[in-house]
Amino acid sequence: MRRAPASWIGLLLLGLLATSPSRSEALKDLYFGEALYYAHQGQFFEALERLDGEVKQHDDVDEPELDTLYAHIDDAEFSLGDFELRYRMHHRAGRAIKAVLEGAVDERIRNDAAYRLARIHFQKNQLEDALLALDRIDGKIPESIRDDIEFLRANVYLAQAKPEESIATLEQLKNSDSFAGFAAYNLGIAFLQSGQRQQALEQLDRAGQIVTKDPAELAIRDKANLVLGTILLEDGEHERAIPPLNRVRLDGPFSNQALLSSGWANLSIDRYERAIVPWNILASREVTDLATQEAMLALPYAYGKLDVHGRAAIAYGHALDAFTAEVGKLTESIDSIREGKFLEALVREEIRKDKDWVIRLRSLPESPETYYLMELLASHDFQTGLQNYLDLADLKEKLETWESSFDSFDEMVDIRATHYQPLLPDVDTQFRELDSRLRLRIEQHKMLVRRRDDLLTTPRPEFLATRDEQAILAKLEAMDAQLTDPESPSQADMRQRIQRLKGTLTWKLETEYHERLAVFDANLRSLGAAMAIAQEQYDAFVRSRQAATHSFVGYEKPVNRLRLRVKAAIDRVDLLMARQGRSLEVAAVDELIARRSRLKNYGDKARFALADSYDRATQSQARVEEVQ
Amino acid sequence: MSRLGLILSVLFLSWSFSVPTTAQDLSGDDMRSLDGQVQEIKSDVLDIASELGNLEERLLYPSNTQLALFVSMPANESFRLDAVKIEINGEMATHHIYSFQELEALRKGGVQKVYAGNIVTGDHELRVTMLGKLENGKDFDQSGSFTFNKGVKPKSLGITLAGPGQSGIQVGDW
Repeated sequence: MRRAPASWIGLLLLGLLATSPSRSEALKDLYFGEALYYAHQGQFFEALERLDGEVKQHDDVDEPELDTLYAHIDDAEFSLGDFELRYRMHHRAGRAIKAVLEGAVDERIRNDAAYRLARIHFQKNQLEDALLALDRIDGKIPESIRDDIEFLRANVYLAQAKPEESIATLEQLKNSDSFAGFAAYNLGIAFLQSGQRQQALEQLDRAGQIVTKDPAELAIRDKANLVLGTILLEDGEHERAIPPLNRVRLDGPFSNQALLSSGWANLSIDRYERAIVPWNILASREVTDLATQEAMLALPYAYGKLDVHGRAAIAYGHALDAFTAEVGKLTESIDSIREGKFLEALVREEIRKDKDWVIRLRSLPESPETYYLMELLASHDFQTGLQNYLDLADLKEKLETWESSFDSFDEMVDIRATHYQPLLPDVDTQFRELDSRLRLRIEQHKMLVRRRDDLLTTPRPEFLATRDEQAILAKLEAMDAQLTDPESPSQADMRQRIQRLKGTLTWKLETEYHERLAVFDANLRSLGAAMAIAQEQYDAFVRSRQAATHSFVGYEKPVNRLRLRVKAAIDRVDLLMARQGRSLEVAAVDELIARRSRLKNYGDKARFALADSYDRATQSQARVEEVQ
Repeated sequence: MSRLGLILSVLFLSWSFSVPTTAQDLSGDDMRSLDGQVQEIKSDVLDIASELGNLEERLLYPSNTQLALFVSMPANESFRLDAVKIEINGEMATHHIYSFQELEALRKGGVQKVYAGNIVTGDHELRVTMLGKLENGKDFDQSGSFTFNKGVKPKSLGITLAGPGQSGIQVGDW
């Protein structure tokens, strides 16, 4: 039975499809920069928390071009989709990118968005939608994603079982800097899918011999060789299968399977000594590996074919011991998982901080279950479930921290209320007095300004008389009013003197008018500056007064609302964690039971073969003695 | 059945490098439904985080006294920033020791909010000290003092840290 080729391409894509937010030449928006700071550390929740709010705020402003995010808005919206994708929020990521796609943006940006959207659809296995998104790409395409687009298109065709279309697309990528190795391999798979066996074998052979130092390309080269060898082996072309299998690196991820298959290929053409070589290497490797376990049985079988029955018996005995021990471990592991220790191990902080945390899980003495789960842990569905579980554990930790902070908020508000409330009535009384005095002064100032403005258009020298001059003028007017007898010579003399004095004063006021007006204007201006300072202090006081009130008023409702939301979210997270955790445990237990069953079966075979080898060794010994 | 056939009947089951899939078939409707619900709760928690962040800012850092300090590095900066210490008016405001990931994030254009606090309006002194290692392995440290004015609006200051020979420590309004 040949495995579905689609399963052979799966692993390639995840690593290739991730992008990173670009570095802006001149960062203008602080919060976008802060979001990038978190994103570059893989903290996508924090990155989203900042960027989401910033983008929403930008969308709400009346004049977006004055907002600091304006210069980065396209990048920010892309990044938002990217972060959501990386935080495994595909629903929101799709929406964010669609928004860019439907906006009035540059052709290159729209094409980039279409590519990202297609990528999301592909990851969600929505192949038709992925193609529709790719079909929207038209016109100018950013150079950096040109090959990515075609590679994605080819993979979509391949996943849709449309090998002809995929072949046509992959042919164009043969000389791509980034995708040559991957395209060569996928081209082989596409030929295979289309039933063009000969072309498939030739293409896989080419893909298995590319010259590269890139670790990812080396891995795909190994995979091409392994697939080629496996196909030939399954088709009974054992001799032809050996060279590609031998090309697989001994320290690569496909080494164990290649060694195993190489042994079988040699055994199938009766080259038992040559079968022993790869199996010997493999049998001494990690005993939990499926291929290793198989080699532990295959190796003594090859010894038996060489009539080395004594050595075969020893190797069968070794395998039997190992299998028995492993069955014991598996039973312990199954019990351990059922006790919930697997999930406990997964969420351990010190494990998850290590980038090789999956590997380190194996070394935990209290979680033997992880020994056998490496392949399960690497499978896509399990990874999705596992990542969801870990994300939920993170969310729970955050929510619990927030929940504990609400009491502190309440306490802080209470302390402020206790401090401010007794002070505020006195402050308010004083403030009211100050307020009325200031308002009076403001009115007076306005009146003086009006008068100055009037004087500039209609000169009124008497308005600029000093207080003494005004008193003298008033006194002269009063004295003049008392001189009522027009016939009296003494009063006529007095009237003349009063007129002379008034004339002198008027002369003074008229001649000094401009000088006085200048002084008046200067004084008014300095008064304006003083009034501005007073107004500023008044405003500062009003703000402080408001701040004092705002520091303890109006928090009860939002705090309580948030408290309830957090509580409800914790309940939901608990429920989801239980369901997700249960599904992971079931999957893990199923896997371990399957492995244990297989090992028990292997153990039975080993036990039978061990007895048989002893018989044969004894018979052989007897024959030797007979001859002697 | 021959012994070879017997053994092969067992062993060929695992011949291909593909892993048996029974235990891995988690991708049913339940799985998708769970995944959808996980995405929903993530979205809800993000909304809560946003609302909580606003509330916290309002409660802890009122706008008339709010001061926030941000650290960034110029592009292509090669020196290794190990730590930064910040004093305001002669008193320690904060200090931070950088992990490899944090340093990389700064080098790639990230901006770190290194301090948030409260300060009265008026003129203040900011002293920034950075410690690090040069490309040749030598230790280095550099300090700079700056004055800034806090008005009635929230104040955000950007501190740009460059290595020796470059622009050194720069402080500016954001």
